[in-house]
Amino acid sequence: MISADIQTVMPEIVLAVYAMLALLAAVYTTKDKMAPLLTWITSGLFVLLAFWISADDSTVSAFDGMYHNDGFARFAKIAILLSAAAVLLMSQGYMQRRGLLRFEYPILIALSVVGMMVMVSAGDLMALYMGLELQSLSLYVVASLRRDSLKSTEAGLKYFVLGALSSGLLLYGASLTYGFAGTTLFFGIMAATADGVSLGLLFGVVFMLAGFAFKISAAPFHMWTPDVYEGSPTPVTAFFATAPKVAAMALFARVVHDAFGGIVGEWQEIVAFLSVISMFLGAIAAIGQRDIKRLMAYSSIAHMGFALMGLAAGTVFGVQAMLIYMAIYVTMNVGTFAFILSMEKDGRPVTDIQSLKSLSKKQPVMALVLLIMMFSLAGVPPMLGFFGKFYVLRAAYDAGLGWLAIMGVVASVIGAFYYLRIVYYVYFGEDTDGLNGKMPGVLWGVAVVTSAIVLLAWVPGINLFGIETIAEAAAQTLVN
Amino acid sequence: MGNLLSLTTFIPLLGAAILALFLRGNDAAAQKNAKWVAMATTVATFIVSLFILAGFDPANTGFQFVEERPWLLGMNYKMGVDGISVLFVMLTTFLMPLVIASCWNVESRVKEYMIAFLLLETLMLGVFMALDMVLFYLFFEAGLIPMFLIIGIWGGANRIYASFKFFLYTFLGSVLMLVAIVAMVFQAGTTDIPTLMTFQFASEDFSVLGIHIVGGMQTMLWLAFFASFAVKMPIWPVHTWLPDAHVQAPTAASVVLAAILLKMGGYGFLRFSLPMFPVGSDVLGPLVLWMSVIAIIYTSLVALVQEDMKKLIAYSSVAHMGYVTMGIFAVNQHGIDGAIFQMISHGFISGALFLCVGVIYDRMHTRDIDAYGGLVNRMPAYALIFLFFTMANVGLPGTSGFIGEFLVLMGIFQVNTWVAMFATTGVILSAAYALWLYRRVVMGELLKESLKSITDMTTRERFIFVPLVFMTLLLGVYPALVLDIIGPSVAALVENYDIATAGLNAVVTH
Repeated sequence: MISADIQTVMPEIVLAVYAMLALLAAVYTTKDKMAPLLTWITSGLFVLLAFWISADDSTVSAFDGMYHNDGFARFAKIAILLSAAAVLLMSQGYMQRRGLLRFEYPILIALSVVGMMVMVSAGDLMALYMGLELQSLSLYVVASLRRDSLKSTEAGLKYFVLGALSSGLLLYGASLTYGFAGTTLFFGIMAATADGVSLGLLFGVVFMLAGFAFKISAAPFHMWTPDVYEGSPTPVTAFFATAPKVAAMALFARVVHDAFGGIVGEWQEIVAFLSVISMFLGAIAAIGQRDIKRLMAYSSIAHMGFALMGLAAGTVFGVQAMLIYMAIYVTMNVGTFAFILSMEKDGRPVTDIQSLKSLSKKQPVMALVLLIMMFSLAGVPPMLGFFGKFYVLRAAYDAGLGWLAIMGVVASVIGAFYYLRIVYYVYFGEDTDGLNGKMPGVLWGVAVVTSAIVLLAWVPGINLFGIETIAEAAAQTLVN
Repeated sequence: MGNLLSLTTFIPLLGAAILALFLRGNDAAAQKNAKWVAMATTVATFIVSLFILAGFDPANTGFQFVEERPWLLGMNYKMGVDGISVLFVMLTTFLMPLVIASCWNVESRVKEYMIAFLLLETLMLGVFMALDMVLFYLFFEAGLIPMFLIIGIWGGANRIYASFKFFLYTFLGSVLMLVAIVAMVFQAGTTDIPTLMTFQFASEDFSVLGIHIVGGMQTMLWLAFFASFAVKMPIWPVHTWLPDAHVQAPTAASVVLAAILLKMGGYGFLRFSLPMFPVGSDVLGPLVLWMSVIAIIYTSLVALVQEDMKKLIAYSSVAHMGYVTMGIFAVNQHGIDGAIFQMISHGFISGALFLCVGVIYDRMHTRDIDAYGGLVNRMPAYALIFLFFTMANVGLPGTSGFIGEFLVLMGIFQVNTWVAMFATTGVILSAAYALWLYRRVVMGELLKESLKSITDMTTRERFIFVPLVFMTLLLGVYPALVLDIIGPSVAALVENYDIATAGLNAVVTH
């Protein structure tokens, strides 16, 4: 029994043990000199684990239902691992050139990934909280990695204080849920809500949703996002924008379907509300931004709104659409941040969007990459971003949320404006002394590969690499 | 050949890829190569498309050359043409070599310019051939990207404003169509256009926010599609992006915009609005007729006072598109025949008019009407060509412009005499603005000092106009060439529409 349970959590154990060993090895040997090597090894390990996980196709629960290994968890884990691996690879050069590459960085990332893997597999409020905190605590530290920078430490502190607040909300919600349902196990809660939901439990649901909304940076709980995105070192921002978002969104879906799947009507309105507010706030607030990292922060808020639209449907297809949307979102963000990481002027990183002017003359390939990414983020076909939107719109409409779909497309038109403005700077801008750095090979490779995927993955014959059926199977294991 | 349509659609894309991947450098030789590759590609596309026309059977009102392969979400990548779409395909492939030839003098970022036009051709052809709703939407929307770049990079002084307005206006229109597509998939369970054309969408009245909606779901869906196609077309009052876009766009882009992109709106009405939502069309059709009349009269009057030649022709385009929407929503054989004919003929005539402006703009770098006058003294060949297309624009019998307008007016007269009467005044107004423009630019004494050394058209420029003059005359004297091809498909469309709405009216009176 125990050995079977251990078997189920083996990937997490491997990664956690690896992180500890790496920590010991680095502390007792050459410390920061080992950092580049550790980054590569960690990244490689992520990819290996992703393959290992993808080879599995069982649906098992371990530790009396506290921990699930099902298609849904695996889908989320693979997305988390692959995006984390890509971001680690991209960050190595950037961090090294700026003397930021401490050996703790890959180790902390590895630990936060362990936390994320626990989150998406959680079948119990305790396991959920354990994973969430492991993830968050590691991320608070990496946010303030640039110790001598005021902005970076501010970002770390803000993230910590607001993150702690949201964890508090979540815990309060969890305790209310436990109090009224009598159990912390998701299937126990499901059984307890089978014949109606008490007011206390409803409060618990609301508080927990608020906590999740913080973690995925959905409006109106988004305030930390722009500051943390701006203040953190850019590779860390890239990381924030990808893996933790997938994990938190998957956790959100896990809880609302596994624990509260019997009371869809109670939370559907709340999720739809979060979705609308996020889409509009993300679209409107980004218009005034001049810093590309802040802009991407608002962009991610808007995208979370769209992903929530899928979740608000409360159906198998809704979860499927959300998973596909997140996979596409992560791909677009990895590509965009690969470019942002390379933005340099006289050896110093710049994030002002004005510096993109006339990029198309200096670096035509990168200009094209950015063009593809921006139109994709805006949801213009034939880029992948459009297909993500199409899936969630269909999910929302099928679930009777036609008004949400209309709001969503209106918000996407508003949002298109600031993505277009970047294209405008890149292609129409007059000649200025903008960026002049040379693009490192790794970033170039990542940017070109992701933009090729974003541009071409829909082509008949490739059909999104079959992600559709995988996501459908994943959604079916979650919703029942 | 089983995949003739895909082949035609993607040859330009192949040409664009070759240019993007293999052409290096930006010297004169490289620029010349880029132009020749683009020219060869568009000519090859035209030649391949001739096989479509040759193999097309007008008597068959269904879709022909259909190809199908599985795609995402249970949708299919499905292409096909029928009598309504085949001529738009031909129009596109016919005009594109001329468009490429017209930008032979461009020197800034030639390679990118050619790539943008080739991409645009692929996307335009895709719109006319797609038989899957989402595939259609994909081509329809994606066309915004190259056009946005063309206006923004190679446009005039105020190009940024024009490109953003163009993009956001059309984008807002089309996303509503996207929601409607989603709603249609929900009801019908398919995105296959031929299936949807025979599907009966719910049309029971219902209320939204206290407003009683006659025709129910069909009216809502019709409105969503209308939002998209009306902006694209453009119909008054959502036409304001067009003059801006035309004025700022380079000549070649204006030609594509007026000759082909605008036709997507009309094509959309014929492919979606009429066959899929007959009840919605029946409810709101009369409104469109009056909007068209307003468009014809209002934009003709606005055209009269323009100082800028391109703006004047842009407004005249809006007026001519008014005839098209009027013909379509007359929903009878004459009206729709006329509307399609008008769209084809407008493709040649407005394209040629924008090219005419381009000829003198290339020499004088101004589009102000006041800056010209008396060009006939130095440019006799130009004066002749410009006169010909001015007359065609006015609708002189013997040119294709006459046939289209006449058929539309004949169709609309059977439906609504008042609309027909007011619309006919548009013919007079169009003569007024077009002839007055011609008089101010070409006739009179050559007084302006700057014009004294202007040269007549070069051989290249003359050659561009030859096919356009030929087609305008040919269709003017032998319209059966077009009408024989579109006739049966239009007849089928009208018949299905009448059956659908007759059943409805019977229910209502019952």
